Amino acid sequence: MEHVELFFKSIFIDNMVFATFLGMCSYLAVSKKVSTAVGLGAAVIFVLAVTVPMNWLLDQYVLRPGALTWLGPEYAEYDLSFLSFILFIATIATMVQLVEIVVEKFAPALYTSLGIFLPLIAVNCAILGGSLFMQSRDIATLGLAFNYGLASGIGWFLAILAIAAIREKIRYSNVPAPLRGLGITFIITGLMAIGFMSFGGMLTGGEEKTEKTDEAAQIETITQDKDAEEPLAEVSQELNNK
Amino acid sequence: MALLSKKDRGLILDPLADNNPITIQVLGICSALAITAQLKASIVMGISVMFVLGVGNVVISLMRNIIPSKIRIIVQLVVVAALVIIVDQVLKAFAYELSKTLSVFVGLIITNCIIMGRFEAFALGNGPWRSFLDGIGNAAGYALILVIVGFFRELLGSGTLLGFKVLGDPIAKTGLYGIGYENNGFMLLSPMALIVVGIIIWVQRSRNKALIEEN
Repeated sequence: MEHVELFFKSIFIDNMVFATFLGMCSYLAVSKKVSTAVGLGAAVIFVLAVTVPMNWLLDQYVLRPGALTWLGPEYAEYDLSFLSFILFIATIATMVQLVEIVVEKFAPALYTSLGIFLPLIAVNCAILGGSLFMQSRDIATLGLAFNYGLASGIGWFLAILAIAAIREKIRYSNVPAPLRGLGITFIITGLMAIGFMSFGGMLTGGEEKTEKTDEAAQIETITQDKDAEEPLAEVSQELNNK
Repeated sequence: MALLSKKDRGLILDPLADNNPITIQVLGICSALAITAQLKASIVMGISVMFVLGVGNVVISLMRNIIPSKIRIIVQLVVVAALVIIVDQVLKAFAYELSKTLSVFVGLIITNCIIMGRFEAFALGNGPWRSFLDGIGNAAGYALILVIVGFFRELLGSGTLLGFKVLGDPIAKTGLYGIGYENNGFMLLSPMALIVVGIIIWVQRSRNKALIEEN
């Protein structure tokens, strides 16, 4: 259940593009055609699913305060978290390079479709952002970290696919000249982000609501009790007076 | 301005308007949008980027003849990451609350496309002094957009500027609130940052027709 929740939450509610604006540069630059957008989106899913678990291991066993205890008790006090930026980005850059070599060797067809995008991805903020959010949200297990990376990638893929499809069609509409190109893309993305905010009620929102309604119900019953008591008291007082 | 020749001045002034990194070059959007709900965060972010880009450009420009071109991306990333760690530690030490607000976005300066873009496009081919000016100019252009967006979002969204209640007190109903003005809470939500930037682009391009894109 935890996995399903995290999966859908990362795709829709915490969508990389619409909720946190990660990877906007390539999102805006490569979304002119659906086919290239699909290529880049697939590469992002792939790299996120690989690098987030890698960085999770790094964070868990090297970086966080007390993570080095497995080397011996005298290392327990070390806190290397200030190194996380440099180690994460190094991991990402090397992983991207490795992935590129492996894919080229074993899946040439995939390589030709992803090829040009893979090196670009090392400097895509979505990838580093995935690892940093993984760290700041304290994702608990390796499985969840993989799930988080994969789902965030899928969310990013969905976003770039949607905007590319819209941009292909918007060529036929009469946009005010100064807004053409970049301007209208910004505004459309803003409107899509507002649309995606409605997913906020999908998972956690529902739970909060039930809690709230429980509380509200309690408050209501209490007030009702008070209301009920007061007239009774008045009536009894009146009766007493009589 | 005896220190700067006319060409050098262009390096600083061009990115402020006609070659703005955000609205024209489309670099560094990610961090620009997420942290602009408050003017203060925007200013701090602008200064951080200015430091990283100014110093980074000089470092890369000094090393430009000894970096093998095959591994230059990794070298660049290491230089930026080291500078960003400095910024992050300074913020944590002297402005802890603010560093909480900026959260991961300080770290994301590393992958801010402005930095890599300027390294690739300018610092690798020019001397240290000009690279420094280029870095400062581009970061200033970036900071300018951040401050404009932050100004409008904070003013319209919460009725304050840098935390001061410039429009009066919404609870005591003073100032503008006295005649029925309400804060537009929508401006604080992240999608509005995109729309505000869209409007800035619209204004800028209708003033300068040369910038209009083909459909």
